[in-house]
Amino acid sequence: MEGMYAFSVGLLTACGVFLTLRGRSFSVVVGLTLLSYAVNLFLFASGRLKLNAAAVLGESEHYGDPLPQALVLTAIVIGFAMTAFAVILAMRARADLGNDHVDGQIPQPKKPLFQKTGGAK
Amino acid sequence: MNALIWLPFLPLLGTLVPLLFARFSRTVCAFMTAALPAITLLLILFNAGAVFNGERFFSSIPWVPAIGLELAFRLDGLSLLFSILILGIGLLVILYARYYLSAQDSIGKFYAYLILFMFAMLGVVLSDNLIQLWFFWELTSISSFLLISFWGHKVEARKGARMALTVTGAGGLALLAGLLLLGHTVGSYSLQTVLDSGDLIKASASYPIITVLVLLGAFTKSAQFPFHFWLPNAMAAPTPVSAYLHSATMVKAGIFLMARFYPALANTDLWFLLVTLTGLATFLTGAYVALFQHDLKGLLANSTISHLGLITLLLGMGTDLAAVAAIFHVINHAIFKASLFMAAGIIDHESGSRDMRHLNGLWKYMPFTATLAMVAASSMAGVPLLNGFLSKEMFFTETLHQASLGSLSWMIPVLATLGGVFSVAYSMRFIHDVFFNGEPVNLPKTPHEPPRYMRVPVEVLVALCLIVGIFPSLIVGDLLYSAAAAVLNGAVPDYSLAIWHGFTYPLLMSAIAMLGGLIIYTNRHHFFKFQAQFPMSDPKLTFESVIQSITLKAQKFISLTENGSLQRYVFLTLLLAISMNAIPLLQLNATAGLRPEIPLDALSVTSVALLCIAGVATVIWHRRRLISLLMLSVVGLIVSLAFAKFSAPDLALTQLSVEVVTVILLILALFFLPQKTPKESSPRRVVRDLGLAAFVGGTVGTICYALMTRPLDTISTFFLENSKTGGGGTNVVNVILVDFRGFDTLGEITVLGIAALGIYKLIARMRLYMPSSDGKGRAWSEDKYPLLLAVISQSLLPLALLVSAYIFLRGHNMPGGGFIAGLITSVAIIQQYIAHGVEWIKHRLKLDYQIMIGSGISIATLSGLGSWVFGHPFLTSWFDYFYLPVIGKFELASAMIFDLGVFLTVVGATMLILANLGQLTTSERATQKEHD
Repeated sequence: MEGMYAFSVGLLTACGVFLTLRGRSFSVVVGLTLLSYAVNLFLFASGRLKLNAAAVLGESEHYGDPLPQALVLTAIVIGFAMTAFAVILAMRARADLGNDHVDGQIPQPKKPLFQKTGGAK
Repeated sequence: MNALIWLPFLPLLGTLVPLLFARFSRTVCAFMTAALPAITLLLILFNAGAVFNGERFFSSIPWVPAIGLELAFRLDGLSLLFSILILGIGLLVILYARYYLSAQDSIGKFYAYLILFMFAMLGVVLSDNLIQLWFFWELTSISSFLLISFWGHKVEARKGARMALTVTGAGGLALLAGLLLLGHTVGSYSLQTVLDSGDLIKASASYPIITVLVLLGAFTKSAQFPFHFWLPNAMAAPTPVSAYLHSATMVKAGIFLMARFYPALANTDLWFLLVTLTGLATFLTGAYVALFQHDLKGLLANSTISHLGLITLLLGMGTDLAAVAAIFHVINHAIFKASLFMAAGIIDHESGSRDMRHLNGLWKYMPFTATLAMVAASSMAGVPLLNGFLSKEMFFTETLHQASLGSLSWMIPVLATLGGVFSVAYSMRFIHDVFFNGEPVNLPKTPHEPPRYMRVPVEVLVALCLIVGIFPSLIVGDLLYSAAAAVLNGAVPDYSLAIWHGFTYPLLMSAIAMLGGLIIYTNRHHFFKFQAQFPMSDPKLTFESVIQSITLKAQKFISLTENGSLQRYVFLTLLLAISMNAIPLLQLNATAGLRPEIPLDALSVTSVALLCIAGVATVIWHRRRLISLLMLSVVGLIVSLAFAKFSAPDLALTQLSVEVVTVILLILALFFLPQKTPKESSPRRVVRDLGLAAFVGGTVGTICYALMTRPLDTISTFFLENSKTGGGGTNVVNVILVDFRGFDTLGEITVLGIAALGIYKLIARMRLYMPSSDGKGRAWSEDKYPLLLAVISQSLLPLALLVSAYIFLRGHNMPGGGFIAGLITSVAIIQQYIAHGVEWIKHRLKLDYQIMIGSGISIATLSGLGSWVFGHPFLTSWFDYFYLPVIGKFELASAMIFDLGVFLTVVGATMLILANLGQLTTSERATQKEHD
């Protein structure tokens, strides 16, 4: 089971990283979301995988590690706030700059990078 | 002497005094400014007797003892000597500046800078902690920058100040590195410990690096060759500054540093080689160049460089007597050079020029000043009966006893004599060219004597030249002895401060220097002609061009890495991060650990297969954004199932509800964004990114696997044991959140609130057009709010709120709590928005989400502050059990109030984000007019 879990974490990470490296803001947001799934699963796994061992006293004979769970719980909520911020920022950038490229301008091949290509408002 | 700790801070208080009194007359301002330094000086002198008897005072206040940070001061012989120089000459300079500065100059500002500098210098010499010493060291650089650039309207003042700051600041950085390494080697940042562990330091491998770095700091500050060029350029400062900083104090800070660390670093071959050769080179170049200066202050600046070189040379020699001679020359040089700078300032002030080609025959116009300057200059040349003579004799004696250069050792006394020859020559030029040698040429003013009290500081210093010169042991004997004892950190060798030692070699060397100097001065025209053949090189221009080329190269380098492309930044950051993580993995022999694995089951395999398909599908269809998003939500659902499976019900609930909110948010956002991503990545880039993604994923997966298969050593046993007894709850995760680590949670909900408010501001001024149709040109449905959905969601609302309340209340003992309840409530409200629209909700649900966030954080904070009322630390929780007739036994805990704060913040934040974003899709959106 651990091997499969680790494989899933690795795969989600790879998918997240690939999308984070894309040039359009929406892909980056989706990539970040995938990456935060992977990170949360990774952090959670640092408490080791246990079956039928919820950290509620008196409910089971042995307990899973509650500390990573508490950390991941807040991480999920903060992760939502981050995703929301990123996606709203992407929308605002599109509104103000006229495109949804992460650099605020669509790169023109063989032209100096610092030249503004402008944007429709 | 516990007052020691406050001693350096008296002048710091004093920086405010001149600013307060600047509105009164200049005399009042000067007197008030002088008061605090004078008190400090008296306090130090009061303790001088004890220091002379061999006592050392230490005083410290710990700050962060674990990393060696403290406020620590010491008063020993060396600190005493420098404190007296700093405060004594400082007081004279305050008096002098009162007459030197013109009515246009802001005297309050000048005095404030001067006292700030005095504070910094005192801090340097009194510090007993390496880091603290460095802090004050940098403060001297900064305050001297302010002083040199005091006449900021002049170009050369600005440039000179910048150059001085760059050179001494760069040296300061080297010094910091050296001191950190030194403290690390010794294991303590306490100066006394460092001084006592000289043998340990010299035996350590980092000794050469420490020495070079510390010496770099000292050499740049004390204008040693090849860093000497900043000092002549700093002469653009007002003359009182030059008299103070560039003769007696700041340039001596480097000397002080070498003397201070003498027991720890000196007496090795490396030290000898570096310090002696640098000192010798500086001594000779300074003396030679000084002769050809036409500017009075330029001559004095180069002579200062030369004398600093002399002291450095002495400190490098490694004999105890040489160290004594070095200290003695520090005193003497400070006295005669400060008076010479002041005299030069008087001449400049009363004749309007500093150019020696115009200044001639001033004896007739200002006989008193001339006499004073001549005595001081003679002391600089080393004429008997004056203090300069005594230390120069000691210097010559020491050069004779030098054997460290092997068979070439004879060169040192010869070169020392040569330096002496030039010293005599430029001193004669100062005397003869300025006060005799015909009549003044084209002076802007007719020279005359300065105001009475402007001369007083010069008189005091020149009197000291004479008294020290004639009765050396009576006046400075004790001071010198105790300072030498501090430098040597032990026994002081026998030495004699007599004027007459009989006919000895040093006397012969002095005589040769006198005679040679006379010959060179009388034949100076030949030398000037010879020197004129060389092309003029201006160190200022060289310095500027070096700085510019550095800036240019830095810009080129920056444009290599920072080209404005986020994709490149992300790529490089990930590459670096993952490389750093992968390297330790190379040393890990077995990936799998000893911990037994959980056996697989069919359901899990199916879920993982689904997860992988959905994850890969998100990537493959990432250009078709809606499909990609749907795939993403599948991943999220399986992640929450994984949490549920592996015994984390709280996480599963949270993930599930966050998943709902996230997908709604992203779909809303997608409404305004292009529905498709254009294909624009080159195949090379795709391959490159795939490669990095696979590398990152592989590494993370490997670490995850290696981690999970190894046994766990956790601190959670504490939480499990104390959850019920200490926090009053059986759900340990919730108790950690609201009790054990409540402070963290408080921080986290604050971040959540801030993020939501930031998003609110971003949305408020957003100008996005509303698409009238979908990506394929089909119009949106007319039936915006289907009746069925409206009815069902309306009837679901009370049920959802009830569930939410139940989850909230049971959170302390069963899976649930503020976070999850908040998210469930949000989902319930959002459903109403979707079913009925903003307009409908607005009239029925009058909630201000910003106030909700604010009150949530306030409630959480107040519940923490409440424990103060009962005398407990912040966020101490309280709980007890009560009994009510119908309900039965129940628990009340202060943590529930905290959890209520969490609940309100979560609801407020998610609703603030989603409701405002959703509003953009309706006619309720703010029009452009409202915002502009």
